[in-house]
Amino acid sequence: MNSMYNGSKIHDESFRDRLKQRDMISGSDILLRSLLLEGVECVFGYPGGAVLYIYDAMHGNSEFRHVLTRHEQGAIHAADGYARATGKVGVCIATSGPGATNLITGIATANMDSVPLVVITGNVATSLMGTDAFQEADIVGMTQPVTKHSYCVRRVEDLHRTIREAFHIASTGRKGPVLVDIPKDVSAALCEFRYAETISLRGYKPAAEAAPSQIEKLRLAIEGAERPLILAGAGVVHADASDELTEFARKAQIPVTTTLLGLGGFPSADELWLGMPGMHGTYTANKALTQCDLLISVGARFDDRVTMRLDGFAPHALIAHIDIDAAEIGKLVPTAIPIVGDAKSVLSAVNRAMPGREGNREWLEELFAMKRQFPLVIPDSDDELKPQFVIDLIYRMTEGQAIVTTDVGQHQMWTAQFYKFAEPRAFLSSGGLGTMGFGFPSAIGAQLGRPDKLVISVNGDGGMQMCAQELAICAIHQIPVKIVVINNQSLGMIRQWQELIYEGRRSHIDLSGSPDFVKLAEAYGVRGLRASNKAEAEAVWRLAMDTPGPVLVDFVVSKDEFVFPMIPQGQTLNDMILEVPE
Amino acid sequence: MTKQTISAIVNDVPGVLQRIAGLFGRRGYNIESITVGASEEAGLSRVIIVTRGDDRLIAQMCHQLSKLIDVIDVSHLSAGPLVSRELMLVKLFVAPDRRPEIFDIVQTFRCSVVDVGIDSIMIQAVGDTDKNNAFVQLLQSYGVLELTRTGETAMSRG
Repeated sequence: MNSMYNGSKIHDESFRDRLKQRDMISGSDILLRSLLLEGVECVFGYPGGAVLYIYDAMHGNSEFRHVLTRHEQGAIHAADGYARATGKVGVCIATSGPGATNLITGIATANMDSVPLVVITGNVATSLMGTDAFQEADIVGMTQPVTKHSYCVRRVEDLHRTIREAFHIASTGRKGPVLVDIPKDVSAALCEFRYAETISLRGYKPAAEAAPSQIEKLRLAIEGAERPLILAGAGVVHADASDELTEFARKAQIPVTTTLLGLGGFPSADELWLGMPGMHGTYTANKALTQCDLLISVGARFDDRVTMRLDGFAPHALIAHIDIDAAEIGKLVPTAIPIVGDAKSVLSAVNRAMPGREGNREWLEELFAMKRQFPLVIPDSDDELKPQFVIDLIYRMTEGQAIVTTDVGQHQMWTAQFYKFAEPRAFLSSGGLGTMGFGFPSAIGAQLGRPDKLVISVNGDGGMQMCAQELAICAIHQIPVKIVVINNQSLGMIRQWQELIYEGRRSHIDLSGSPDFVKLAEAYGVRGLRASNKAEAEAVWRLAMDTPGPVLVDFVVSKDEFVFPMIPQGQTLNDMILEVPE
Repeated sequence: MTKQTISAIVNDVPGVLQRIAGLFGRRGYNIESITVGASEEAGLSRVIIVTRGDDRLIAQMCHQLSKLIDVIDVSHLSAGPLVSRELMLVKLFVAPDRRPEIFDIVQTFRCSVVDVGIDSIMIQAVGDTDKNNAFVQLLQSYGVLELTRTGETAMSRG
């Protein structure tokens, strides 16, 4: 672990000046210098034929930190976790052909959730491109629909400027992944290094200033509203606008619901917080959306898992939509007050323009009563270990202070429901794409980016097996991630749908016969622990937290749990199922 | 849904047309025609897209196009008065004795004959899509051997 952090010089001016010298160097060295000059602390990657020059340049380069994962998918999810946890650009590198195509799931994951990544791929030499050469793939073409932008660098002279642009594009405006494809001859070619002091991208206008007239419209709408509600999404987290959001909600006395990726964007301990909305959202959040007369969406994109059937979504509300991406406004719901801008700057302007107000106590009291009457339920059992209990236990024993990554499925929803996040960048999950295999490697990246924090990775027994090979990285570098497996020996969420919607026909969801996760962890050199009941769970989790370095805890939980509330697809937010139907 | 014309100024770089076509394809936007060519500035191309949609859909298309890094500027030409033209080549089967008849039609429609074969004739027509449609309709009875159309290019008036 220590080798990852010792005294990086990347922010040291004299070191930077040395990097900027006009030396005659190879494309590979230009790449490494460019990455260091962008402040890259750590790159996740996997070598191969087309990136041999680049890996050769890394050899003996003590400033450049590279983590060798065991699969390219592990590399990109780790870079993604690093980016989500730190707000900085995550970087990964893979070779041409299969190395590059193995990244695509991770690129699409980052693209859906607006995560800033710079993805570097090797390609065959320019002379071979287009000839179906060994390990050739048109990765730029394949990833066009799932990147914010992409480049194929055909001349070494363009390489440095391209890397500069890639970082600028990835990290500004609505963030996202940028792919830079580098043919092998370009990484070998020599060129004088010339640092690009400025970046000029004509037509790229990432920072829009919200029109004051729109802010005024919003202020008036708030004044006139009786049942206002804030819907806060990932945009609040991306813009580091949690403080501004909190000030806004408190000053205006407007209740807040946070989407899956908005969790932590508003402090869960605040009484104004109603929980998460949508398919597995809280009763109160969904009722508030159904009853509100003014909905102020900040950095949320009206995902179908949030809105459910659109004709039942906020049917009585005037909608104000604050988003950095103009294309999101009006995409799915008619918007009365469109405000294009970064959540931080818009909310600051709103806070300046708006006097404090008392709010509508009646509306708030109604919602608070609902919260008390319809809380999320942790089923109790002395014989079986309940997964909801495990998440709540982890929440209580970490005092809500950990960074928690999840995979996808029931455990993800339970984590969203029962771990109450106090701050942004603490809940990391693949929300848009719903990528199984994300949960564990993303935690490795998060831990490397935030060595000061306790990082917990919550996985199902399905997703844990999609990137389990990265246990090696945890062991080798002693990355102290606490890995949780919520083991119900099935694909729980699929089972839930089959039970409730497909008349109980359980089709191919049985994961019994999976490896012993404790032994699997230990085979890699990671401490493995197991708990099968409440008493064990508490003791084992305490031991896991007290054990330095990585630990995997296999929580063997009851098999037949459901995530509730649930709204079946095609229904409205008003059609919540709160318990197993008769 | 009415016909709409969108104009975009884009960087003249490899793959830019693929990015635009891919965007329209994956978002389910219809493309009636798309033309690309040089613009008034070196290094930039102008793309004219003819599509169909209501105001909300056209606004979405323009916003989504604007997000492409290689797209410099987007304008919705149909929002105001515009001039649009399409070039069309038609090869007709025509026996030599019926040529004068065709020449008459060509003159009436202000088209031109650009090639004459033993029993065929090639006509070039330039106009907006409606005029070209009417012209093709008229020629159908003569036996159209081949037809090719460029798709519309367009410019706002004034």
